[in-house]
Amino acid sequence: MFIKPRMRLAPDNTNFKFMNGRFAGLIVSAILSTASVILFFTPGLNLGIDFSGGIVMEVRSEGPADFAKIRAALTEEHVPDQGVQRFGDDSTVLIRLPTQPTEAGTEIAVGKVRAALEKSITGVKIVRVDAVGASVSSELFRNGLYALGISLLMILAYIWFRFEWQFAVGAVVTLILDVTKAIGFLALTRIEFDLVMVAAILTILGYSTNDKVVVYDRVRENLRKYKTMPLRDLIDLSINETLNRTLGTSATVFLASLPLALFGGTSISGFAWVMLFGIVVGTSSSIFIAAPILLLLGEKRLRRDTVAIEAPEPGAARQP
Amino acid sequence: MMYFSRLKAAAILGVCLLGLLVSLPNVLPAPASWMPWRTVHLGLDLKGGSYLLMEVDMKAVIKERLDGLLDAVRQALRPGGIFYQTLEAQPDQDRILLRLRDPTKTDAAMAALAPLVQRDGPNNAPDMDIATSEPGTITLTLSQVALNARAAGAVQQSIEIVRRRIDETGVVDPQITRQGDSRIVVQLPGIEDPNRIKELLGKTAHMTFRLVDETASATPGVQPPPGVEFLPMQEGGGKIAVRKRVDVDGADLTDARAGTNGQTGEWVVNFKFNSNGSRRFADITRANVGHRFAVVLDDKVITAPVIREPITGGSGQISGSFTAASANDLAVLLRAGALPAPLTVVEERTIGPELGADSIRAGAISLLAGFLVVIAFMAFFYGLFGWFANLCLVVNLILMLALMSLLEATLTLPGMAGILLTLGMAVDANILINERIREEQRRGRPPLAALEHGFQRAYSTIFDSNAATFLSHVMLFVFGSGPVKGFAVTITIGIATSMFTAWMLTRLLVARWYVAVRPRLLPV
Repeated sequence: MFIKPRMRLAPDNTNFKFMNGRFAGLIVSAILSTASVILFFTPGLNLGIDFSGGIVMEVRSEGPADFAKIRAALTEEHVPDQGVQRFGDDSTVLIRLPTQPTEAGTEIAVGKVRAALEKSITGVKIVRVDAVGASVSSELFRNGLYALGISLLMILAYIWFRFEWQFAVGAVVTLILDVTKAIGFLALTRIEFDLVMVAAILTILGYSTNDKVVVYDRVRENLRKYKTMPLRDLIDLSINETLNRTLGTSATVFLASLPLALFGGTSISGFAWVMLFGIVVGTSSSIFIAAPILLLLGEKRLRRDTVAIEAPEPGAARQP
Repeated sequence: MMYFSRLKAAAILGVCLLGLLVSLPNVLPAPASWMPWRTVHLGLDLKGGSYLLMEVDMKAVIKERLDGLLDAVRQALRPGGIFYQTLEAQPDQDRILLRLRDPTKTDAAMAALAPLVQRDGPNNAPDMDIATSEPGTITLTLSQVALNARAAGAVQQSIEIVRRRIDETGVVDPQITRQGDSRIVVQLPGIEDPNRIKELLGKTAHMTFRLVDETASATPGVQPPPGVEFLPMQEGGGKIAVRKRVDVDGADLTDARAGTNGQTGEWVVNFKFNSNGSRRFADITRANVGHRFAVVLDDKVITAPVIREPITGGSGQISGSFTAASANDLAVLLRAGALPAPLTVVEERTIGPELGADSIRAGAISLLAGFLVVIAFMAFFYGLFGWFANLCLVVNLILMLALMSLLEATLTLPGMAGILLTLGMAVDANILINERIREEQRRGRPPLAALEHGFQRAYSTIFDSNAATFLSHVMLFVFGSGPVKGFAVTITIGIATSMFTAWMLTRLLVARWYVAVRPRLLPV
């Protein structure tokens, strides 16, 4: 434990023929992504108020919350609610109100609910109010899409610049497939889709890119080293060589995020679950999607007109 | 690769020490007030407080500009005896439409209006475009550049007024910033119920003193005579006929304080005018003794007392069935000045301190648990080299804290999640290095050569993989808002510090260990 490693995640010198399963990988991924796109339209995402607009109030009472009283108080003030539900524990309640017709109406509605609850239930505390007007919510949504789109473009440009276009296209196509699956996961689990989820998806994007770049980096290196090896074997070799790292890093990031999902509290655990899903997807897609795409795109080109090589590293030259 | 000059080694350790020093203020109280004691700020979601996003009503800004222009047009046409059929503002098209009674006077009218155009914008661009489409019809269209400049001015001025009003309420450390073209973000730490502040900010508080038209009576369904409007009374309903002409404007006030009337004991607001206001107030009251004078606030009449004697001292008193709170609020509004346009709250996020404390606890537990799990993992799978990585992880945390303190960055709940993720990502660099060294050793390289090559090769991978992640999080920072920004900040900082610790510190540790032990085989 203190000097010698106790164990290896994968044995050294593995020789899995990952590329034999390339079509299976692509087909499974295509099916999952298609299903996700369908889920995105029906039933669709459970949009949080960041994107749908409206009001959410988190109310905490002493002891278990009295739902009937809360509903009665709301009805008395003529505030139509979209749901009063338990949130986290018994004493916490989430009240949702729809988007108000005018921006000023939002303020009035919040004030009414506050007054009604404080009047009718003693010891009740409003611990959180989120009110998002319609104009802001559509803007937040647009900005989220911008962030996603521009991130993808920058990753495309960066990998193109550092590698070859086949690598860049392979990575970005895979990333798009990853993101659609994450959205499918969100639609399936009904985890609320809000601003924090945009952050989660972008983090998955970042993590997944990181993972792909490590495999690609090894492919690039091996392309220089083994001039005559068929691309298919070369990609298999590269994946096998980086397998311990791939599994190790996924495991640490997964383990680091797990406590967040378990103890992070209601507001952040959704984020953590999406992250965990993304780590699994991102890791497997490096092997089963990004690499096969590279093989399909590069089978002729990458082998024939050998990659533009920077000055060979001194280490590489001394290879037997 | 594995050789470090004394200077370089000292520099690396120096950075780590400096990081420790800079991050200290987060756990220790400031020993003396003169010391720069920068700490990480807690976001409103952790500290509790209220976030308000307010929008300046740009339509009102345009409308006001057009109304001002209408007056100017009237005055420009009067001397030349040019009469018109219609003269109306069309705010939707940012323009004024003018139809002359005598189309042959079009050129004369154009000439009379020409001086209205001002060229004070950028590149001396005209602030409006005066055009005629057919004889007798003239349009004055405000240029987009001028409108933008005006809008920017209105937002700037609103921020100033909002700041003054909030300062009056005694909120500690409010942050008021501009967002986009027409929005203002107001952050109020520690405020659980922002209603009072929303009320204060929801009024433009434009106060005017105008004469009451006693000949007209405000009966429903009757059109007010020209130059007169029917305004509602603040108290008790009913309307009152008030002249449109503003005799004294609230902008001329220099001070306003809530107080009680010595005789009746009721709450009043005492005010003082500047010299211009005093003079005009004296003139008006002198000429209109016995008539009623209305105090109008945001198109509502607060009070309309009869002028008993000329008021020449430049100060006065408004009474209008105030309570202590409402008198005080009005005094605050008058002191702070009027907003150039109405503000509406388009987004509100309020978090109670209780919930914030819960989030801090949950975040801290997750952080600790994640940290321990990662440390155990690295020790188990990488042995000694895993402990090197773990030491770097601790230093990485300290450096992150230090950088965030220096930048006075805001730590939010998603930000805490970001730190946790960075922990995972930070050991990735070490895993890459360790795996590479192991691989090189298994290829038959002696220890030193394996270390050399391991670090060298791992470096390009670490750089490429982190650069891509870095880019996507910078995007998140640019387009994200609120808590999400906090997330992007921690991750970007974390990537930067983890590259330093993995590349510099790990290498230094390994090199020193190698020199001290000279192992025949690396325990990787």
